[in-house]
Order: sequence, then C-alpha cells, then structure tokens
Amino acid sequence: MSFRNIGVVYRKELKEALRDRRTLISSLLVPLLLFPILTAGLGAAISALVGKAKEEIPKIMILGGEDSPDILAQIHKLKHVDILPAGGEWKAQVIDKQVRAVVEIPTGFQDSLARQQVGLLKIYDYDGDLKSSVAADSIQKQLEEYRGNLVKVNLAAKNLPESALKPFDVKQQNVAPPEKVGAAAFGGLIGYMVILLCLTGSMYPAMDLTAGEKERGTMETILSSPISRLDLVLGKFFLVLTTALTTAALSVTSMGISFFVLGKAHAFDSAGAEAAQQMQLQIHFHTVLSIFIMVLPVAVLFAAALMTVAVFAKSYKEAQSYVTPLMFIVIIPAVCAMLPIDLDAKLALIPILNASLLCKELVTDTYHWNYIAIIFGSTCVYAAVALFLAVKMFQREDVLFRS
Amino acid sequence: MIETRGLSKVFKDKKRGLIRAVDGVSFTCKPGQIYGLLGANGAGKTTTLRMLATILEPTDGTALVCGYDVIDAPAKVRANVGFLSTATALYPRLTSQEMVEYFGRLNGLDETTLKKRLDEIFTRLDMNSFRDRRCDKLSTGMKQKTSIARTLIHDPAVMIFDEPTLGLDIMTARTIIQFIRECRERGKTVIFSTHVMSEVEKLCDVIGIIQSGKLLAEGTLAELRARYQEQDLEEIFVKVVAPLYAGEEAV
Repeated sequence: MSFRNIGVVYRKELKEALRDRRTLISSLLVPLLLFPILTAGLGAAISALVGKAKEEIPKIMILGGEDSPDILAQIHKLKHVDILPAGGEWKAQVIDKQVRAVVEIPTGFQDSLARQQVGLLKIYDYDGDLKSSVAADSIQKQLEEYRGNLVKVNLAAKNLPESALKPFDVKQQNVAPPEKVGAAAFGGLIGYMVILLCLTGSMYPAMDLTAGEKERGTMETILSSPISRLDLVLGKFFLVLTTALTTAALSVTSMGISFFVLGKAHAFDSAGAEAAQQMQLQIHFHTVLSIFIMVLPVAVLFAAALMTVAVFAKSYKEAQSYVTPLMFIVIIPAVCAMLPIDLDAKLALIPILNASLLCKELVTDTYHWNYIAIIFGSTCVYAAVALFLAVKMFQREDVLFRS
Repeated sequence: MIETRGLSKVFKDKKRGLIRAVDGVSFTCKPGQIYGLLGANGAGKTTTLRMLATILEPTDGTALVCGYDVIDAPAKVRANVGFLSTATALYPRLTSQEMVEYFGRLNGLDETTLKKRLDEIFTRLDMNSFRDRRCDKLSTGMKQKTSIARTLIHDPAVMIFDEPTLGLDIMTARTIIQFIRECRERGKTVIFSTHVMSEVEKLCDVIGIIQSGKLLAEGTLAELRARYQEQDLEEIFVKVVAPLYAGEEAV
C-alpha cells in the first residue's frame, strides 16, 4: 500500500468532483438549503394557509331549532359566519365544500334542557378539511360557552358553588428545560435527516467513480498504470467518504442555524406562541461534534457499501438500479428513530437504527456511554467489512470487465 | 523485450461455459522492432495485449516484459509499459495537461522531472495550444495526442498498442502510425494489434497471425510470403486461418 499513490488518486478525484455539477448539487447545495427551506419555508407556508383559512367567512347551516330559540340565538351571535337557510342536500353541500359546517338542533331540545335532561347537539363537518374544521370549531366554542353559563345558572339555582362540579384541578407541568423539550420533539427527525443526507450525498460520487468510470472507458486507462488496485480503490473510497462527511457536516450545520433562526423569529402563529416558548431547539457545538463523530463510521459504511454495489454495474444507469434499493434499507431504520423508541443494548447492535437513535439522544444532551461504545464499535466493524468487500470487488476481473 | 511462454486465458461464461480466449501463445518481441499481431475480431488479440499490460491475469503460462514476470511483478511491468487502445479513454473533466500529469505522478515521477518531460512531449506533439483545455472539449485528434502523451510521460521501454487507429479518420490514423514508427526508431519494443492489412504491411517487422486464441503463423512479411506462396498479405491470412474456420463451422 502506498499512501503517496492513494493521495495522488484522491486529489485527482477531488479535482474532478469539484468540477462536476451533479456532485456539487447533491453534496453541497441540497444539504445547505434543505433545512432552511423545510423550517422557514414550510413553516411560513403553513402559517399562511392557516391564516387564510381563518380569514374566510364560512357558510354554515342550522337544522331544526324552531322550538329552541335560546340555542338559535346563541348560534346567531357568532361573528364572521354566513348562516344559510336550511334545506336541500346539506350533506352533499358539506362534501362539496359549499357549506363548511351544519349544526343539528333536535326537536324539543330547549324543553329537555329545562327538564335538566341531557341533550345532544351535533355539528356535521368535513373531517380533514381545514376550513370546515375552523367553522365547526367556532360553533363548538360558542355552544360550549353557552353550556358553561347554563351550568353556572343551574348551580346557583340549587345554591351550589361552582366548585361542586370541579372539586380539584389536575395539571401537567413540564420540568425539562425548553431546549430539552425541543430536542425531544425534533431529535428523531434530525438523526433521520443527517443519516439520509449522508447517504444521498455519497451516492452519486460512488456511482460515478466506479460504474461511471467503466462507462466512460477510463477504467482500462487507470488499470494500465503502475498503481495497485488496493491504492486505487482506497483513493476513490476516501473521495466518496469526503463527500459523505461534507454532506453530513453541512446538513448538521445548516440544521443548527435554521432552528436557531426559527426559534428567534417565533415563526409559529399566535396559537403556537406559548408552545414555542416552552420548546426551543438549540444545538450546541459539542452536540454537533458528537453527532459528527457518531456519523463518521456510518459514512464509512455507506461509502464502502455504495462502491461495492456500484462497481458491479456496467453503466451509471445500471448502478442506479442497484443503489436505489439500498436507500430503502437505510430509510426504514432511520425513520424508526422518529418513533417513541428508547435505545437499549439490543437496538445498539442494529446498524443505521442504532446511529439514528443515538443522534436523538445526543440532541437531548443525553450520553449513555455504554451504548455509545457499543454503537461506535459495532458500526466500525460493519464499516470495515464493507470496505473489505469493496477492495475485493475491485480485484475481480469479472466485475471490472463485466460486459 | 517481450517474451511470452504458453500464455493462456480462460473465461467462464454462464451461458457458454469455459471460453479459451488465448490458448498457449508464445512469441518474442525485441527492442527496436514492431511486432504486429494480426487477427480478426474475437481472435484473442486484445486479451493477449491486456495480459502483457497486466490488466488481466493469465490463466496459464506467463510472459516477461523487460525481464519482469507479469504474474509475479505486475506493478514493475506496468511501470515499463505504455498501453494505448481504443478502450483507454481520457478523464473528461481534466485538462490535457492534468491528464498527463496524473499518469506521470502515478508512474512515480517527481514534480521537476514531470514538468520537464511534460513540456518536452507537449512541444514535440504540438499540444501547447490546448494543454489547458478540458478533455471533453478536445477534438478526436487532440484526444489521441493526449493519449499518446499519457503513454510516453514515463518513457517506457515497451509500447503496447491495441487497434490504435480503429474509428479514426485518415489524418489522425497517420499521426498514430508515424508515432509508432518513432517509438521503434527510439529503440522501444513495440507490439501492435490490428486487423487492417495495410497497416501491418507498412509498419511491422515481425507478424504474428492469431485466430481462436492460437498463434498460427509468425515471421517477417518476406518469410510469410515464401512459406505460403502468396504476395498479398490478405491471401496469406486467409490461407493461415482457413483450416481453423472450417473446423469451427463443422462444429
């Protein structure tokens, strides 16, 4: 093995990669822009949609209520609604979004209230449609306020205090600091995104340096030089690893900056402002460094595995068909980290899932050193096996000259 | 010098079974001589030359290139060989100069020697006008010159050309032919494969006729003419390979 030759190959591959538009887009541009677009862009879009939904004056309909004037009067007190005359195919009108909500007052409702019998008012809406939900919620709120007043009147009539209905209160109180709350909410997503971007950032270079080289006809050129196959594959491997780590580093940095700016800008709407104060996402430098160190063996594993698979292909297009299923093998365990799963000794041995769960813990500033040791060690072993396979593939004539 | 001894290569194909692409080929190429390996498509020329360049490993037999065994010392063999074929392409995103520099470094040249040799070669081949142009922007002729420069940068003692004029226009092909002659004049050992009779007649000091992986005939043009009682090389070729063709058709 010659470090000099490995360096010569690496520098040449790096020079070519920096001149390749596709590599620059997948390894630099996407990780830099993805988080700002997802956080600021998506957040702004959702805020705008919710705001627009609330601005609309919804059309509602009332069925019945001719013998319940008090309830009718309460509904008519609603501001910013357009009450249509009842009739026609009201269900179809709700489904067609011509009417946003319909409230049904059963016959004799006010009488049953007077007799202190429990009645049922139904609000019909289009579940999943934002504007329908806004209309139904405003009707519900109005009727619940009226119900609350009725309860007070009934209690007063019986000389009972309001506390008779609620002898004690139960409240949940968070004791975790806001940054840990934020980290718990987003930690799984962060782990998933970093690992996924690490994979996607290295996919194109891995295919280009193996199958792409075969397709362009330069494989035979390089094999005719004195460099050993081992030095050649290691030089290429280090370039793919560089792109994987660059993508991971840029995505973690971009993510940290995006969430910091988002938190400062209070991008949540007024309904979520209190939640925003309770939950902040701050990613400290030592967390970024820890995540980066944990991703290092994962990046080695990805780079080696992608090269092993891609070198088998005759062309770049064929390599894509081999590499695409690998994405699903990585996505599934990475996504699992977003579920409420806690890291344990068994999960610490499952590749990708272990790193993703660990990222989630690191973001919450939780360091289980025993699990960290198992995860780092096991991932290093898997990475070493993948690299060994990549070297072996490069030494097979039937792979390099497959036609 | 190139010396092959019973060189053989067997490939395994899932559908066709074992394929003996090269079968016990033995010949010698001396310095200051051009050895022409003449054969039809699929005769075994490329496989033979790839084994000499250590791109493929022989299944049986061996070869010595500049005294180094292709199986035991492949890196030393490649350090003394310049290999050029239609399959040896250029890196599209490197400039002509970067391409040649890369191979100079891989051949162990220090930066001072590399720069000196690069300037000499680029001047000799009249390449200075496009040395900073990316290879994907070069014309066919410029690409061929860059490939030639790549093979020459480490001043190898042995030059291996595998159908180097295939697909080239007449002017570019003439450049290659001229270059091959210059290699001989500089005392290099040159082996050159082709299926174009006129190139063999113009260039080769010794001719080896190969078919179905076997070296069927060898000698100078004059010797072959005398042996087969034909003046035209094409007629000589047909006479040499006909029995093997007849045998293959019978099978």
